[in-house]
Amino acid sequence: MDIKLYEHVGSFAENKDIAKEIRVNKIIPALEDNKEVTLDFKKIESATQSFIHALISDLIRKKGIDILDKIYFKNCNDTVKKIIEIVIEYMQDHT
Amino acid sequence: MKIHLPNSVWLGNINPFIHSFDTSNDEILEITSHKKWVSVHPVVLCMITGLGLFIREKKAKLSFEKMEATSKHYFERMGLFNILKLKSGIKIHLRESAGRFIPLQLITNSDRLDDFIREMIPLLHLKPEQAEPIKYIISELVRNVLEHANTESGAIVCAQYYKKSNTIRIGVVDTGVGIRFTLEKFYHPADDFQAIRLALTPGITGTTTRIGGTETNAGAGLFFIKSLAKISRDFFMIYSGRAMYKLLKNPKNKQIKLIADPFKDHFSSEIDLPFWRGTAVGIDLCLNNTLNFNELLDLIRGVYRESRKKQNKDKYRKPRFI
Repeated sequence: MDIKLYEHVGSFAENKDIAKEIRVNKIIPALEDNKEVTLDFKKIESATQSFIHALISDLIRKKGIDILDKIYFKNCNDTVKKIIEIVIEYMQDHT
Repeated sequence: MKIHLPNSVWLGNINPFIHSFDTSNDEILEITSHKKWVSVHPVVLCMITGLGLFIREKKAKLSFEKMEATSKHYFERMGLFNILKLKSGIKIHLRESAGRFIPLQLITNSDRLDDFIREMIPLLHLKPEQAEPIKYIISELVRNVLEHANTESGAIVCAQYYKKSNTIRIGVVDTGVGIRFTLEKFYHPADDFQAIRLALTPGITGTTTRIGGTETNAGAGLFFIKSLAKISRDFFMIYSGRAMYKLLKNPKNKQIKLIADPFKDHFSSEIDLPFWRGTAVGIDLCLNNTLNFNELLDLIRGVYRESRKKQNKDKYRKPRFI
């Protein structure tokens, strides 16, 4: 499943409510159907750590770090990549 | 309550202004000001607005002494009188605000915040890399208010760009429950100052005792913001309840290292201030000194690793970028 985040949040991904909606209504059902999920960050210039945390941290916490084998992060610029890496490392320290 | 706008209040000299705030009677708010010139940080404007709105909500009396200072137009332009529904009698020629300031705004929900972030950046006429930390700061601070402050009046925000110093000064204020109350359920901080320390420490949030936060709160927002001020060698101030923490400017010749414990930073504090109902945050960001946002992220990542004593990055599973 390919989720184009720009369509939901625009160029600055900061709305945690939307992140939660995407997680609950799109990512979790797809993973539960044993599908792989691609989070497409095309046209997203930046994101907050809170947004990324709300998008993926609960998946790691509940399903374990191996869930990352089923999630792809596509078209991330350097800033977004770093924020994703920070959040994922942070979650591994705290799970 | 009484509050006086003196000649000049910036983050560096804000302490006497806060000390002079008289909270003795909340059935009335009397606002007075310096007669010749008043020049204040946006956080001060937000605080005055917060107090005024609090009084309005209580249907108590708001007495704003007519401003005589030559700089009174600034307060009109920033929307102070309008937001407090006061007739200032000050006439201004409305000019395009681009490149100078973001007038006072009340942000009460997530959608409004989205709109505000979209609208404000063109007002500041900054380069994208300069706008990046500003969007970040406002988003994180306002979301903190919306999620934790428990106030219907929301977040009060304004900002001003100073061309001469190439600095943006931002204020975000609420009149909600304050940091100590927010952290009380899980952390029981001894006082407001300890509550601020916890709030600034990465991994701690009022929504759980679990270090690292919950599904929606990482407890890292304020740490990120303080880090931005530290890297730009500028001030960051947070005032809640009776306590204030102020990150001081780092000397230019000193190498900057981010530290998880805010008490190990170069800071000053006050622990017996007049009680602020809610939280006030002020930040200065000199755009000359601001590192590339990516470099900041590298530094922050280093702090997390160090604070968890996991220096070897190979220990971490990595996201798969395609």
